[in-house]
Amino acid sequence: MPNSSRFAKWRRSEAFRGLALASPPFLYALTMLAAPLAAVVLFSFWTQDYLTLDRTPTWNNYKTAWTEAIYQALMLRSLKVSALVTAATVILSFPIAYYVSFRVSPRRKTLWIFLITIPFWTSYLMRIFLWKVILGYNGVVNGSLMGLGLIEEPLTFILYNQNAVILTLSHAWAPFAILPIFVALERIDRSLLEASEDLGDGPVRRFFRVTLPLAMPGVLAAAVIVFIPTIGDYVTPRLVGGPNGLLIANMIELQFKKANNAPLGAALAISAMLIVTIISIIFLWLNRRYIRSRA
Amino acid sequence: MIRINCVSKRFGDIRALDEVSAEIHESEFFSLLGPSGCGKTTLLRMIAGFDEPSEGEIFIDGKSMDGVPPNRRPTNMVFQSYAIFPHLNVAENVAYGLHARKGTRVEIRRQVAETLDMVGLAGFEDRQPHALSGGQKQRVALARALILKPKVLLLDEPLSALDRQLREQMQTELRHLQRAVGITFVFVTHDQEEALTMSDRIAVIFEGKVAQLDSPLELYRRPVTKRVGEFIGVMNFLGARLLAEESGGYEVEVEGLGRVKVPKRQAPGGVSGSRLTAGIRPEMLTLEFDDAEIPGRRANGKVVDTQYLGDMTYYEIALEGIGKPLTLSMRNTADRPILEPGTAAKVRWGPDSVLLLN
Ligand SMILES: Nc1ncnc2c1ncn2[C@@H]1O[C@H](COP(=O)(O)OP(=O)(O)OP(=O)(O)O)[C@@H](O)[C@H]1O
Ligand SMILES: [Mg+2]
Repeated sequence: MPNSSRFAKWRRSEAFRGLALASPPFLYALTMLAAPLAAVVLFSFWTQDYLTLDRTPTWNNYKTAWTEAIYQALMLRSLKVSALVTAATVILSFPIAYYVSFRVSPRRKTLWIFLITIPFWTSYLMRIFLWKVILGYNGVVNGSLMGLGLIEEPLTFILYNQNAVILTLSHAWAPFAILPIFVALERIDRSLLEASEDLGDGPVRRFFRVTLPLAMPGVLAAAVIVFIPTIGDYVTPRLVGGPNGLLIANMIELQFKKANNAPLGAALAISAMLIVTIISIIFLWLNRRYIRSRA
Repeated sequence: MIRINCVSKRFGDIRALDEVSAEIHESEFFSLLGPSGCGKTTLLRMIAGFDEPSEGEIFIDGKSMDGVPPNRRPTNMVFQSYAIFPHLNVAENVAYGLHARKGTRVEIRRQVAETLDMVGLAGFEDRQPHALSGGQKQRVALARALILKPKVLLLDEPLSALDRQLREQMQTELRHLQRAVGITFVFVTHDQEEALTMSDRIAVIFEGKVAQLDSPLELYRRPVTKRVGEFIGVMNFLGARLLAEESGGYEVEVEGLGRVKVPKRQAPGGVSGSRLTAGIRPEMLTLEFDDAEIPGRRANGKVVDTQYLGDMTYYEIALEGIGKPLTLSMRNTADRPILEPGTAAKVRWGPDSVLLLN
């Protein structure tokens, strides 16, 4: 009896209503995310035998994924490129976020943030092709440099290699990095900066002793936001990466499609996910430490 | 120590400060007192170097501060919000400014401990800022500034966020501290009582202008304008007419009180024209409880309202010939009765009770 009355009470409570309201979209998101993920996990333990699937569970796909030189190399390259993209994006985004937060007058800030997101209105592919036009053999950069007489022949190291991948992705992800850093900078109490100055710090010292440490949660959040999707990107490397710019995601795509080895593709995908998860957890843990010391 | 030379500050069309001049002496507890928005913070920030004057100049220790950034000024500030660095613990906060100076780790730790001890926070070194109360944060802010031994310590309403009891305790502590370290304090407050109890001298600021700069006693006893008198404590104002100017003072006709001879020192703002205002503090009037033969002039009136405060009683007394009743205060003693509203009362005053204002 007390149980049922407690249930009735719970049904009328705020928590229940909140849960009832949130659960349909939550369930939707869960099925849309969990179902494919479960399928990939299952696949990764099966074996492709030409046109039939052998469904006896096996670790063989993982063994291949983690031991064969090509996959190791691709995974390392992916991690390296993602790390570089993350670093480049954060380092390029910080000054922009800083400028908007500290130099732009408060009335204009919204407008600036709005302008920064404009590149997002154009399609992702469109932006990649634009970079091809800019960096290509007969592209804008080479054209102008040759026109100015600075170089004799078109530069070839700027397209169809890892540099181009890093450049294109950094540009693509910049707004995602600028926003969290901007928010973190906005949250810094300006009197802290004045206090630092008052206590004897010049602008550079003040930046490293107050501004940067306090913006760190935003920087780490930006890093996670950029790092996670970069590992999974296969369109950019294929379009601007050239043969040496291909990444693990391209290999996963290859296994699922042309190579017709979905189980190996699945094992590679799950492996990549695991690595990304571990790295993200480290970042989030760092972030928590910063936030806790501020709370 | 600090010379403020005809300083004005404009923010667009707003004139936050208007030709302010003042001299602040060495080792002085100097207060800037005024209502909200009068420009106190603006002046303090210009002394600290966060803002530059639109006109005029500020000298500290004889040197012009024109274009000198805050980190090169011999001043330190205690911010109204305390501005404790949230990512550093108490010891790191206090030692923040020592970074730029020479000193070994051990030496710095010793100084931090000493300064924390001075502000009553001994042993708080490892606390995180979020685990501090308002009063403790305020002390950390104080320690952080004092450890640098500045020539001038600037404090922007440091006590306004504290509850009454803590505020009164901190007032005394701050005053003792200031005497002990001998640093010049420039203290911003909008609380006149706080300014009176703590300061050596006070600059009263109204709408960006210094209305009066004086010791607490002079400011209270002899405000130069009606507005200053009203702002600092309670004051009765009565219409007055100048009858004659004599060598020793003025002969005036005050409504309700009749003819009064006022000595010259009781007209600090000077006298111009014949229409004047007489200002009288509540405690400068006395109620007669017996028919003692004490010199002074008297008038008969009636108690309109009685406000009993424990140690004091405030009366509203209606006198013949004045519209608004006079406020009068009496210290309560063992043999004095508290008069009920409606009772007849005899009011006595002397020549020094009355202040002449233009
Ligand atoms: N940065 C600014 N831009 C524009 N106007 C300002 C600025 N700072 C101050 N003012 C204006 O200058 C005047 C004085 O401000 P100030 O902060 O010095 O007042 P205050 O005496 O410290 O008041 P309070 O007791 O409320 O702190 C106010 O009218 C304020 O609106
Ligand atoms: Mg202020």
